[in-house]
Amino acid sequence: MSKIEIRSPLPGTFYRASSPDVPPFKADGDSVTNGDAIGLIEVMKTFQEVAAGVEGRNITFLVENEEPVMAGQVIAEVEA
Amino acid sequence: MTIRSILVANRGEIAVRIIKAAKALGIRTVQIHSAADADMLAVKLADEAIDIGSPAPKKSYLNVEAVVNAARAAGVDAVHPGYGFLSENADFADAVEAAGMIFIGPKGDAIRLLGDKVAAREVAAKAGLPTVPGSAGRLATIEDARAVAAKTGFPIMIKAAAGGGGRGIRIAADLADLERHFPQASTEALASFGDGGLYLEKVVTKARHVEVQILGDGENFIHCFERECSLQRRRQKVWEEAPSFLLPGDVRTRLCESAVALAREVGYRGAGTVEYLYDESTGEFYFIEVNTRIQVEHPVTEMITGIDLVEEMIRIAGGAPLSIRQADVTSNGHAIECRINAEDPVKGFMPAPGTISRLVAPQGEGVRFDTMLYEGYTIPPFYDSLIGKLIVWGATRETCLARLRTALEGLVIEGIPTTIPLHLALATDASVARGAFDTRFLEQWLETEFAAKAGATAEVA
Repeated sequence: MSKIEIRSPLPGTFYRASSPDVPPFKADGDSVTNGDAIGLIEVMKTFQEVAAGVEGRNITFLVENEEPVMAGQVIAEVEA
Repeated sequence: MTIRSILVANRGEIAVRIIKAAKALGIRTVQIHSAADADMLAVKLADEAIDIGSPAPKKSYLNVEAVVNAARAAGVDAVHPGYGFLSENADFADAVEAAGMIFIGPKGDAIRLLGDKVAAREVAAKAGLPTVPGSAGRLATIEDARAVAAKTGFPIMIKAAAGGGGRGIRIAADLADLERHFPQASTEALASFGDGGLYLEKVVTKARHVEVQILGDGENFIHCFERECSLQRRRQKVWEEAPSFLLPGDVRTRLCESAVALAREVGYRGAGTVEYLYDESTGEFYFIEVNTRIQVEHPVTEMITGIDLVEEMIRIAGGAPLSIRQADVTSNGHAIECRINAEDPVKGFMPAPGTISRLVAPQGEGVRFDTMLYEGYTIPPFYDSLIGKLIVWGATRETCLARLRTALEGLVIEGIPTTIPLHLALATDASVARGAFDTRFLEQWLETEFAAKAGATAEVA
């Protein structure tokens, strides 16, 4: 079974939910489709949504909530 | 006591600015930084640097305990908070003083009083300042809000008592809007500021944002004239000037004197800014809020008055009386500041952190460039997008604008997109040249004039 990587388009801080008091966009193990948001990147005080950009099952996050990420860093993996 | 050493509790260009002022006074500097800022310019310029935590602001620059511990470990006499971060946090000011050091700014109580926008409105009214028509204090219920709106009319602003700096504001166009927004605004204010208190202010349409620089030593209070900061995008200032050149002389006198009256009312100590809305059609001005810190746009005031505001703040904090009397403060010529941000103005102001491959600062008479950039520096993505401020002075506003155009053409920042093209367009705009703008001008101009210019440039490219 092949894994597909989802990379951060921007450097910044990664958030799994749109605000601290709502559930994350995706829980571990969820399936995703292309347009699904999987998190937010805060870059210079503005927030950009990160779309999955791929289709797959059983998502695994490799970056914790509120952790810094580099552009191009793998945020999550899904199974094809 | 004379201050011999300072902890710089900030980052970016203002940290560099504070270090320069400290060096001019022969003061030792200790720079705090997050793990993401180890190679920033202020770290290189300071006598000593201390890593205080991970990149996230709340784990570093907003962490009161970490900053106070660093100050204690460094054995400094005083802490300069800069702007943003902990600069208007009364508990931080108290914690610094409790640890036996000087906070370079007003006392915690004064920050607390003026930081509560409702209390500040009340104290301003007491000092005789005109305030924007609205509620007399905090509103307990929606019924009270309805009663206020019935008197002032619409549109009306719902503001968070603990907000400020353009945050925590909603606009209600009519009664239905007010009913809908009021409870949401309260919940949001509680979540954002830990205080759900709200008040109402009528929207002054066609207003300029004018503000007065004040200095006080607790006994003597002066103003250093006004600044014009109407060119804003999303309530953030983009371009600032001093003086507000279209202000009639008698209005300027009353405006500046009212700011001094407010400073006297609260026994102000340090540098501060009293912000107003000015309605050109009626000649009326209204108090909005006081900022108890040094402001981003302080250089335009320095350029027309020759006063070094940061040095003066440090001297006052050290216990010295004001070194200048009101009669010594004169306004000479005109100054404009352009905020240079790491944002792409033709792509919706998308933030653009990255590495600076080439930097050429403009030279010339009356030109100042406050920045934290150097060639090879990588701007981290975790903080504000402000990377520099181009400040230009001229004997007249016309000369100033001409020099500004040359300076903007001479300013080269390669490696990332910046807002330089936006400023070039503003500096050559006919409405800007006439000073024909209010706080709503820029956003509209961006959608029309600037979009057309940027579109034309894109086609050529």
